[in-house]
Amino acid sequence: MPKKKSRRAKKRMATKKVRLLELAHARSGDKGDTANVGLIALKAEYYPLLEQQVTAARVARHFRGVIKGGVERFELPNLGALNFLLHGALGGGGTLSLKTDAQGKVFSTALLRMEIEVPRSLRV
Amino acid sequence: MKDTIRIASGQGFWGDWLEAPVRQVEAGPIDYLMMDYLAEVTMSIMQKQRSRNPELGYAKDFVPLMRRLLPTLVRKGIRVSANAGGVNPIACATAVLNEARDAGLAGKVAIGVVTGDDLMPRLEQLLAAGHELKNMDTGEPLEAVLDSVQSANAYLGAWPLVEGLRRGANILITGRVTDTGLTLAPMIHEFGWAPDAWDLLAAGTVAGHIIECGAQCSGGNCMYGWERIPSMHDPGYPIVEARPDGGFVVTKHDGTGGRVSVQSVTEQLLYEMGDPTDYITPDCIADFTTVSLKKNGKDRVEISGVRGRPATDLLKVSISYSYGYKAIGTLVYAWPEAVKKARAADKIIRARLDRLGLNFDETVTEIIGVDATHGRLAGKPDPDIAEVQLRIGVRGLERTAVERFSREIAPLILNGPPGVTGFAGGRPKVEEIVAYWPALIPKSEVCPKVEILEA
Repeated sequence: MPKKKSRRAKKRMATKKVRLLELAHARSGDKGDTANVGLIALKAEYYPLLEQQVTAARVARHFRGVIKGGVERFELPNLGALNFLLHGALGGGGTLSLKTDAQGKVFSTALLRMEIEVPRSLRV
Repeated sequence: MKDTIRIASGQGFWGDWLEAPVRQVEAGPIDYLMMDYLAEVTMSIMQKQRSRNPELGYAKDFVPLMRRLLPTLVRKGIRVSANAGGVNPIACATAVLNEARDAGLAGKVAIGVVTGDDLMPRLEQLLAAGHELKNMDTGEPLEAVLDSVQSANAYLGAWPLVEGLRRGANILITGRVTDTGLTLAPMIHEFGWAPDAWDLLAAGTVAGHIIECGAQCSGGNCMYGWERIPSMHDPGYPIVEARPDGGFVVTKHDGTGGRVSVQSVTEQLLYEMGDPTDYITPDCIADFTTVSLKKNGKDRVEISGVRGRPATDLLKVSISYSYGYKAIGTLVYAWPEAVKKARAADKIIRARLDRLGLNFDETVTEIIGVDATHGRLAGKPDPDIAEVQLRIGVRGLERTAVERFSREIAPLILNGPPGVTGFAGGRPKVEEIVAYWPALIPKSEVCPKVEILEA
């Protein structure tokens, strides 16, 4: 006898996983030992999905082991964008850093590796 | 009053494309050429140069550039605002005046020199007066590193430049003026904006932020559709067409490459952004959540709606100080098992450093091709990868230890894992680290000064 589907399974059927690369473009920069990542929706209709799912906590989990400090998020609905501050991201930052990406220039694309759940009907 | 002025960005940092300012001046109409030369640690490099030669300490490239451009600038009536003066704006201005005279332009070039940002001579006095100059990131008082301070400069805003323009300067050469102030000043001057017209000042500040990194808003480093951006061998650097009501258009000269789009401008708006509602400059606080962008023709983006708030009573101070040494060594490992071999080599080097009893603040290993930029987010490396570069860096307070490290890379070629190459560059260079210390000081402690020097 078929089991009743759990709520989670139902949700899974109605949604699909998509990489942020398909939904957004981004630019990052530095301020001391903090990297910023501006995440910009490719289409206006994607912004609410980003706002809902790409939370500071999610981004902190995504970068676990890569950055040392916390994550802050700011919303710019006027630009269809979110701005993240990744603290302790740059090995001391500026001239102190020994990292290839001492100025956090490509943290932008590292964030675009994250996957979020979108409605199965969403065209990307 | 003019109803529009065109401010062109010609340089996004010291070392940017030399052709850009020439193209801006020659490829179409502009009223102002704005050039930003100063990054956070540039001042300390310039300080070092001045300590060796009192005639130096500014962006040297600026002088031959002016030699090339002055006749056209004068003929077309284009004015220049540039923070090329570094820690020695007077020497920079003197060198440019000499070029002007040589070019037969005596009587036609007036340079407005903005100084007063240099706090180095007054540092002890400021500390004695109770200004702790705490590190804005760590909260530590400057006292902790006072003996190693190399330079200390307050970020000045747009107003001293406005004074220079009012007194007839056609070239403005400044020390540590904010990047945004270089663009805002011509707008204040031309449109007569008041010191408390916060929305207008914020609009000019947003314009400055958009064009301060040169082509980074007009197709350069643009992730959105990068492959379809045309003629990037000849990118058009951005131009702001500003209006008295604070509205402005970002565009570029016709016939140049690159692209100005809502997406390219949005990417730059978010560059180095902190709290977007609280973008603090000496001139105002701009709220980037009020910025509205709209496409307005080919390679034209209209910006409107910018709101601002009153400026604070503080100025940011950019302080640089010596902090030990660093060196970075690299070796290339080829297929097969390139990653395994690079990791084995890293272990060997670290064991040898331990055995020598060398202590470093930090030792960082990256494997380029595997984890250098995205760390573990890059996933498992391709086991069949053609080659990788092992990159090991150390940082420490003692030069001798870092120097010893720099001799531990080459031996691996003969006494480490096989399949190694790519040591053509020789021993890693030991670099003295000049670190950055951001602090705040009351505006009342800083007195900007404007002098007009004429050829």
